[in-house]
Amino acid sequence: MSPRRQRNEEFTSYYGRPILKQPTWHALDIAGYIFAGGLAAASSMLGAGAQHSGRPALERSAKLTALTAISASVVALVHDLGRPERFVNMLRVAKPTSPMSVGSWILSVYGPLAGASALSNLTGVLPRAGRAAGVGAAVAGSAVATYTAVLLADTAVPTWHDAHEVLPFVFAGSAAASAGGVAAALSPVVQAGPARRMAVGGAVLETVMSLKMERSGNLSTETLHQGRAGTLLRLSKACTVGGAVGLALGGRHSRLVSAVSGASVAAGSALLRFGIFEAGKASTIDPKYVVVPQRERLEAREAAAAPAVSTQAPAK
Amino acid sequence: MSVTQLGMPAIGVPRKGFFTDTSLCIGCKACEVACKEWNSVPADTSMQLTGESFDNTSALGADTWRHVAFIEQKVPATDPSAHDGVKWLMSSDVCKHCTNAACLDVCPTGALFRTEHGTVVVQQDVCNGCGYCVSACPYGVIDQRKEDGRVFKCTMCYDRLGAGEEPACAKACPTKSIQYGELDELRARADARLEELHERGEEGARLYGRDPDDGVGGDGAFFLLLDEPETYGLPPDPVVTTRDLPAMWKRAAGAAAGMLVGAAVIFWGGRK
Ligand code: SF4
Repeated sequence: MSPRRQRNEEFTSYYGRPILKQPTWHALDIAGYIFAGGLAAASSMLGAGAQHSGRPALERSAKLTALTAISASVVALVHDLGRPERFVNMLRVAKPTSPMSVGSWILSVYGPLAGASALSNLTGVLPRAGRAAGVGAAVAGSAVATYTAVLLADTAVPTWHDAHEVLPFVFAGSAAASAGGVAAALSPVVQAGPARRMAVGGAVLETVMSLKMERSGNLSTETLHQGRAGTLLRLSKACTVGGAVGLALGGRHSRLVSAVSGASVAAGSALLRFGIFEAGKASTIDPKYVVVPQRERLEAREAAAAPAVSTQAPAK
Repeated sequence: MSVTQLGMPAIGVPRKGFFTDTSLCIGCKACEVACKEWNSVPADTSMQLTGESFDNTSALGADTWRHVAFIEQKVPATDPSAHDGVKWLMSSDVCKHCTNAACLDVCPTGALFRTEHGTVVVQQDVCNGCGYCVSACPYGVIDQRKEDGRVFKCTMCYDRLGAGEEPACAKACPTKSIQYGELDELRARADARLEELHERGEEGARLYGRDPDDGVGGDGAFFLLLDEPETYGLPPDPVVTTRDLPAMWKRAAGAAAGMLVGAAVIFWGGRK
């Protein structure tokens, strides 16, 4: 792990005021949306696996979880808009330059598939089509779970943008952990083997990638350790790791251990999303996270470009 | 230009811009007032005094499309450019109308668009208030009007431009600190002015946002500053976030594929 570099953090600002605007998004809506979307997406993968491996109880709980979670997440998303009644404007264009546009289209494919597969499973109507929708939802779900990392990273928010290389893996792990945890909590232990494995695997990926993100050496990683975000992320790790250990050791034997540990892993995933959200917000408030790294970049570039004998360089 | 950036289309009338020469600014705020008047921009809030300087507007925002910054600097009493050892820097800030505009790139509804003048404008009848542009702008310019829900920023007086008029702020500026015109012409003018100031011994003079090779492909509204950008509350080396978008999509695709493989493994990888 790279040690945090010693930096010269003396910098100039305009009365210490923020340079960037704070995200207009509300934590409950957007961090909540990202969590619920991830939970739904990975649940669809469990649902698809269960339908083809003869685990009807797991299939039922995973598909219902997916439908519930994606419905809640869409509600949160619309609720966060300044003009909710104009939600459909999201579908008036398709723009690869906008992760939110891409995401809207992904959701409009995923949502109906997850809904159809859950309804067919519940009612027994059109079972073949329902299973096909289940597979479709699993595939579309892989996009739902990971595009949200691009959504956050494709901003000027220092903590989010600096994390753009690892964030998709953090979110993929976190989505898997939450879905595995919830399914392990809701399904009988005999059928929940894959859910436990998904929870533990997801928890490992989430934790390893989070640590990587927190130690990338970017100045903005400070915000992941301090204040509200730091507290949320520490709590997240405790829940995730504790729950994963519980599932790995006792999940097979006890429904109670399964339920408590599964819920704990899912809570860890939720706390992670809220922690990253808050850290990003904090990084827009202190101009340090904008000025210091940009100044370093500028000076490095100037040093590289400077000729041996420094002539009077025109300021650019 | 890449698939993840809209950049500057090659069509349209010559690109228009602002050259704000802060060495001429006297801090009168005529630009702020003219902008509010012409564009019917609401008052920010009840009157607030920052108590820090003559700047009580604080920052650009949904209800402030021109913002005059006041910086008081202590200099040696012998400095000829200042009185009594205090030097004033004043600068009228505005939306940069970036060549590679992050707000425009990330807007999911197409409400933000590139006009025929090369400027960046919000179509208020389309904006649904998602707020993505607010987090994307590397300059912290565009913002949401909370009570309205939509986002607002400088339009470079799109309506006036269409009628062959110059923007209200440029028209009102009594010292020609704010100059409006064809961008190429403004750039040439700025280069000449910079040289003049350097000859006069203004060593701190520099152009900001003029270079078409910078992180945002150059600004449609650029500045002549007398100190480092961050002194004025400007980011020293902004980069449009969508420049890294291809790399992000690639990573996300990798993570998505990994999830599907992982899901298959947990069902059929080990023993049943
Ligand atoms: S300064 Fe901000 S709001 Fe203005 S065009 Fe550039 S990205 Fe958009």
